[in-house]
Amino acid sequence: MSHTSELLRFSTAGSVDDGKSTLIGRLLYDSKSIFEDQYETLRKSTEKRGEEGVNLALLTDGLKAEREQGITIDVAYRYFSTPKRKFIIADTPGHIQYTRNMVTGASTANVALILVDARNGVLEQTRRHAIISSLLQIPHLVVCINKMDLVDFDEKTYVKIQEEFEQFASKLDINDLSFIPISALQGDNVVSRSENMSWYEGPTLMYYLENVHIGSDHNFIDTRFPVQFVIRPNNDEYHDYRGYAGRVAGGIMKKGDEVMLLPSGFKSKIAKIDTFDGELNEAFPPMSVTILLEDDLDLSRGDMIVRENNQPDVAQDLDMMVCWFNERPLMLNGKYTIMHTSNEARCIIKEIQYKLDVNTLHRNLDDKKVVMNDIARVKLRTTKPLFIDAYDKNRITGSVILIDEGTNETVGAGMIV
Amino acid sequence: MNYNLDYLKELESESIYVIREVATQFENPVIMFSGGKDSILMTYLAVKAFHPAKLPFTLLHVDTGHNFDETIEFRDNLVSRYGLKLVVGSVQEAIDEGKAVEETGYNATRNYLQTNVLLESLEKGKYDAALGGGRRDEEKARAKERFFSHRDEFGQWDPKNQRPELWNLFNGKKKFGEHFRVFPISNWTELDVWQYFKVENVELPSLYFAHKRQVFERDGILLADSEFIQKKPEERPFEAMVRCRTIGDVTCTGVWKSEASDIDGIIEEVSTTRQTERGGRADDKRSETAMEDRKKQGYF
Repeated sequence: MSHTSELLRFSTAGSVDDGKSTLIGRLLYDSKSIFEDQYETLRKSTEKRGEEGVNLALLTDGLKAEREQGITIDVAYRYFSTPKRKFIIADTPGHIQYTRNMVTGASTANVALILVDARNGVLEQTRRHAIISSLLQIPHLVVCINKMDLVDFDEKTYVKIQEEFEQFASKLDINDLSFIPISALQGDNVVSRSENMSWYEGPTLMYYLENVHIGSDHNFIDTRFPVQFVIRPNNDEYHDYRGYAGRVAGGIMKKGDEVMLLPSGFKSKIAKIDTFDGELNEAFPPMSVTILLEDDLDLSRGDMIVRENNQPDVAQDLDMMVCWFNERPLMLNGKYTIMHTSNEARCIIKEIQYKLDVNTLHRNLDDKKVVMNDIARVKLRTTKPLFIDAYDKNRITGSVILIDEGTNETVGAGMIV
Repeated sequence: MNYNLDYLKELESESIYVIREVATQFENPVIMFSGGKDSILMTYLAVKAFHPAKLPFTLLHVDTGHNFDETIEFRDNLVSRYGLKLVVGSVQEAIDEGKAVEETGYNATRNYLQTNVLLESLEKGKYDAALGGGRRDEEKARAKERFFSHRDEFGQWDPKNQRPELWNLFNGKKKFGEHFRVFPISNWTELDVWQYFKVENVELPSLYFAHKRQVFERDGILLADSEFIQKKPEERPFEAMVRCRTIGDVTCTGVWKSEASDIDGIIEEVSTTRQTERGGRADDKRSETAMEDRKKQGYF
C-alpha cells in the first residue's frame, strides 16, 4: 500500500435492519480490512446462533451483551484505509435510548453518514440523526439511500426521498449535504459504480469519502492555544527552558507572532515552536507542540494563548445546548464540575430554558425535566471565567463536559451557543 | 499553503495530547511495558511528549519468566538509552510465594497469572494511571475501549457503564483506591504502527524480523520451540524462517512464516495479509469473548 495522506473520521448511526452493518461490512471487506480469521470467527458465531450466512453485525457488536441482544449499545470504532485516506468509523446505535452514544460518536466526526431505507423514506430516526449531526456541527453530511435493489433501482423513489430530506434539512444548520443511491447488500455505488442506476451521475460512496474536502474543517482563523502542561526540564542543558505544551485549537501560530495571554492580559511574542523533532516555523490544528515565549511570564494549565485583536469571550455565564448522559436527571440549581479545553471549574445550573425534541426540533417550554438522552438549552454560571467561543465557530473552544461531583461520572456534554 | 496534517502526524499528535493529559490529571502514572511493538511505540511517543524534559512515568514490566531473550535485552537497552525508571513485577515470584498457581499440561501458560501480578504491582507502586498500548483494531472488545478507562478498586472494567468520551475532553476523576487504564494509541492500526516506525526510523526487537528458529506446529499455529512449552510426542520441532507479529509470553505467541527482514518487507506483508495479528495468540482463542472476560478482571 502506498502512503496514505489524510485522516477522515465519520460517524454512522442506525438500527438493526436499515443495512448499516452490511454497509460497514462491505466497506471493510472491499477495502480488504476484514481478515480471514475474523471472517471465519464471524461465520462460526453466526452458525452458533442458528442464523444463515455471515452476520457482519457481529463484527462491530463486540461486547457480550450486544451479541446476546443483537443490538449495538456502545460506540464501536472501526478502521480501514485506502491509498488515499485512513478512515475511522464511529459506529453508533440509532435508537432514541442511545442518543448519548450518537452524540459521542458525532463529536469528532468530519462526515456524518445517514442511511435511509429506500422502501421507507425519511423516518423519525433519519430526522433524529440529521438533527444530531447538525447540532454537533459535523461539517459534511452524506445521505445514503439504501436498498435501491428492493425498489427496482427506481430514480423517482430516490428523487422523492431526496426532496423530502432537503425540505426538512432546510430548517437545520447543514453546510454540505450530498445524496447517494446505493445497495449495500449488492455493492451498488458503494465502491464501484452501479450498472443498475445509470441515471445517477454522482460519485460512489467510497469516492465521496476519499475526496470530500476536509482541509477546512478546522478553524484556521482564530488563534487559540490552551496551555495543557508546562515543560520545565530543570537540568543543566535546559536550565531556563519553560515550554507551554498543548494542542493548537484554532488559528495558525508562527514564530515571532505577537500574542496575548489569558487571563492575565499580558503580551509577549512566540520565541520558538518546539517539538521532539526540532523547531517548527508554524503550528496549526490539531498539532501538539510546545510554545516558548520571549518574556518570562507565569502561565499554567488552563490559561490560553490568543491574539490581542482576536480574543475569545471571557465569560462566567454560559448559554449552551446540553445532551444529558446520566440516569440521574439534570438538576436545576445543581452544582457540577465543568471541563473546558484544559480548564476546569465548578458551575451551577441557573436555568433550563427548553427541551429540544430531537425528532421534530420542537422546543418544549413546559416539560423541563431533563433525563438521560435529552437535549436541552440551559444557562449556567461558573466559579471562574472561561475563555470560550461559540461551538459553531470552534468545536474545541466551544465544547464542555459536566461531571457529577459525587460519582465522578461524565453526566452531560455542552455546546456553547 | 496546505494546512492538512499527514495522518501519521495527526495520530501522533492525538497520542501526545492524551499522554500529556495523563501527566496533569494523575499523580503517579506508569507505562505498562510488555516489550512488544505497541508498548515500544507508546514509550517513544511519551518521550516525545515531554521533550526536552525527562519522561515523568515509570515503566512497569510484568515478567512471566517465559520470555524471549531478545525482549529483555531490548527492554534494558531502551531503559538505559532514555534514562527511564523500570519496575518489574514477577510472575515467578508470585508462584514461589504461593500467590499464584501454575497451569500444567500442554497448553499451560502464565498469561492468566499476569493479571494478578499486574494488579498487585499497581497497588504496591500506588500507581493511579496505567498506560497501555492497546489498540481498538486489535480485537472486538478493545474496539469498545475508551482512551481513559475507569477501573474500580478491584481493577475491574465495566464495559456497559463506561464514561462517554467527547471531543478531546478526558475525565480522569476517581475515588481513592480506583485507578485508570489509559490507551494513547487507541486509534492506530497495525499498519499505521509500522508505517510510523519506518518514517521515524525507530529501533525494534529483532524478533519482529524474519529469522531462522526451531519451531513446531500446534492447532495450525507455529510456536517457538522452548523449554517453557511441553511438547506432545508427535510435535517435532523443525527449522523455519519466521517472525513475530505480536510479542507476548513464549508460551502463547505464535510465530509466522515470513521472509520480511526489514520494515519495508513487514509493511508489504501486513498490507497484504489476510490474517489478523492476534490470529496467532492462543490466549485469545480460548473462547469467543476471551479478551472481554480477561479485561473485566483487570487484564490490560
